[in-house]
Amino acid sequence: MAALLQVENLRTQFRTAAGTVRAVDGITYTVNEGETVAIVGESGCGKSVSALSVMRLVSEPAGRIESGRILYKGRDLLALSGEEMRDVRGREIAMVFQEPMTSLNPVLTIGRQMTEGLEIHLGMTQADAHARAVELLGMVGIADPERRLAQYPHHFSGGMRQRMMIAMALACKPSLILADEPTTALDVTIQAQILELMRSLSRRLGVAMVIITHNLGVVARYADRVNVMYAGRIIEQGSAAEIYANPRHPYTLGLLRSVPRLDEPRRARLVPIEGQPPDLARLPPGCAFAPRCVYRAARCEAEAPSLAATGAAGHVVACWESGRLIPKERAA
Amino acid sequence: MSEVLLQVDNLVKHFSVGGGLGGGHAGLVRAVDGVSFSIRRGETLGLVGESGCGKTTTGRCILLLERPTSGRIVFEGTDLAELNEAALRAVRRRIQVIFQDPYSSLNPRMTIGQILDEPLEVHGIVREKKARADRVRELLSQVGLLPQHAQRYPHQLSGGQRQRVGIARALSMEPSLIVCDEPVSALDVSIQAQIINLLEDLQARYGLTFLFIAHDLSVVRHISDRVAVMYLGRIVEMTDRGRLYEEPLHPYTRALLSAVPIPDPEIEARREHTVLKGEVPSPLNPPSGCVFHPRCPKAIERCAAAVPPLREIRSAHWAACDLA
Repeated sequence: MAALLQVENLRTQFRTAAGTVRAVDGITYTVNEGETVAIVGESGCGKSVSALSVMRLVSEPAGRIESGRILYKGRDLLALSGEEMRDVRGREIAMVFQEPMTSLNPVLTIGRQMTEGLEIHLGMTQADAHARAVELLGMVGIADPERRLAQYPHHFSGGMRQRMMIAMALACKPSLILADEPTTALDVTIQAQILELMRSLSRRLGVAMVIITHNLGVVARYADRVNVMYAGRIIEQGSAAEIYANPRHPYTLGLLRSVPRLDEPRRARLVPIEGQPPDLARLPPGCAFAPRCVYRAARCEAEAPSLAATGAAGHVVACWESGRLIPKERAA
Repeated sequence: MSEVLLQVDNLVKHFSVGGGLGGGHAGLVRAVDGVSFSIRRGETLGLVGESGCGKTTTGRCILLLERPTSGRIVFEGTDLAELNEAALRAVRRRIQVIFQDPYSSLNPRMTIGQILDEPLEVHGIVREKKARADRVRELLSQVGLLPQHAQRYPHQLSGGQRQRVGIARALSMEPSLIVCDEPVSALDVSIQAQIINLLEDLQARYGLTFLFIAHDLSVVRHISDRVAVMYLGRIVEMTDRGRLYEEPLHPYTRALLSAVPIPDPEIEARREHTVLKGEVPSPLNPPSGCVFHPRCPKAIERCAAAVPPLREIRSAHWAACDLA
C-alpha cells in the first residue's frame, strides 16, 4: 500500500498568556491509501490541532506550525502557497467536524452550501452542481434530496446534518477525509448509523480516513491502525489489533482498563488513571505521563522517551518501562 | 430489602409549544408520558435513553424543578403534591442533583469555599461561621480535594475536580436521594472512572440512593442495581442490571446494546451489529401504537395499532412489547 499522507516530526505551538503551549510536539505518522487511521486521546492532547495543522487551518498568529513536514502524495503541504493549499482543501483532503451546526451557515440553504464548493473547486455549472448535490445527499442516505436542498440547516436533525457534512466532504472526491470526533455529539443509535455510513463510503470510494476520537470502542470497531496521543505526542502507535491485544504504554493500558465494558462481567471496581492531565504550558522535563504513571521509575522524570520498536511489526511505544508491560505468557 | 424511598406513579409532563411569531400550530410535547418506577433506599436506578427520551425531564420533576402535568411522586412516604412551600423546602434539601457540566453549574465569581459555604448558611445547616469553614474542609476531603482548593475559582480546576465540587455541594445538604444527570459524560475517559468510584464510595459510606441518568450503557451497567430504558417519554424495559444486559427483551434495548462499540477489535470483528433505521420521532407528534414501531426491526401490523403496556414478562423483568 502506498503512503498517502506522511506527517513527519510536526510541531504546532500556541502563544498564550500562560506561556507557549506545545499542542503538537513532534508527531510522526502515516496514512496509506484507502485505510482508516485513528488518533485517540483525551481533551487537550493535541489530536484536533494535529488535524488542523494538516489542513493548515491553525489560527494565526497565536498558533504556528513551528517545524516538520506534511507530505501528501509526496508534496510538502507546508511549502505550498495559500492558493495552492486552498486547492488541496476540499478537493484532495476534506474535513468533517464534531458539531455540524457550527460549521454550517445558518442563513444559506443546504443546496447553496453544497453547490458552492462544486462550482468553485470543480468549475461546475449551477445545474451540474445541483444535480451532483442531489446525488451526494442520496449517497449519504438522505431521503427526498430535491426537497431537502431547499431547506436550511435548522430543519435538519443532528444526524442528518452530519450526513450532509459527509456529503459535502465527499463532494469533490477527495482521497483523504479527516473526521474530528464525527459522532461525539450524536446519540448512540445515530452514531452507529453515521460510522457505518462512513465506513461503507470509504470502502466503496477508496477514500482514506483519519478518525480523531476519544472513544476506544469506535477505534476498535473502525480503525486499521491507531496512534495514541498524550500531551502533544504520539506515545504509542501500531495496528488496532496489536494495540488492543498488547498495549505497551501504561497510558494506553490505563485507558483500556478504566472503561467499563459490556462484553465482560461487571467489575466490582473500576481502575482509573489517578491524577489530572498535565498543563501543556508547564510540561514536566521527562515523560509527560510520569506523574500519573504506576510504572514510573527515576529515569522517567528526567528524560522524555522517544518512540521505539516493541518487536511486533509497526508497533512502537514511547516508554522506558514498556518491557514491564509485556504479558507474562509472552515474556516467558 | 430496604424500604421504598421514591415512588413515581404514572408521571406525565407535557409542554405546550408553538403559536409564536410564525403563527405555527400550538402543539404538545409529550416529554414524559406515563412513567412509573420506584427506588429503594441505598439503591441505584439507572435511567438510560437517547436525547429527547424524557430522562432529564423525569429527573427535573423529581427535583421539583418542573411541575408534573399529572401523576404522583412519593418521597419518603409523602406525596410531594400535597406539601406546602415550607415543607417542600425541607424536601428539596433531601433530594440533591449533580449536573453534567460542572462548569456551567458553578458560579465563576465565587471561590470553591464560598460555593460550598453558601448553601450551608442559607439552609441553616451550620450556623456558626467557623464551624462552616470546618465543614467545607471536611466536604472537600470527602470528595478527594485538598483544603487549599477552597481558595480557588472554578476556572482554576480541571473538569474532574469541578465535578468533585458539584458532588461536595450535593453532599453538604445531607440528602437521601441524589439525581445524577449525566455526571460523567462531559469528563475524559481517564477521569470518568475516578468520579464513578467516588460516587460508589460515598453511596456505601452515607447510604445514599441514586437516580443515575445517562446515555452511556456501559457506565450505567457498572453503577446501577436496576436499569430502566426510556424511549420517547416512556419506559420500554426495566429490570436488574444483570438481566437487562444478558437477556434484553425489548428490541430497542437490544439495538442500543448492539450500537455500543466494544473496545476490542477482535470482538468487534465477530459481533453482529443491528443498526436502527431512521431517527427518534418528534415527541410533538409521536407515532401511533408502540412509539418504537417505525424503527423496530421486528414490528408487525398490530404494533401500530395499540400502545403495548409495560408488563412483567418474567419475575421483576418488565418490558413494553407485545412480541417479547
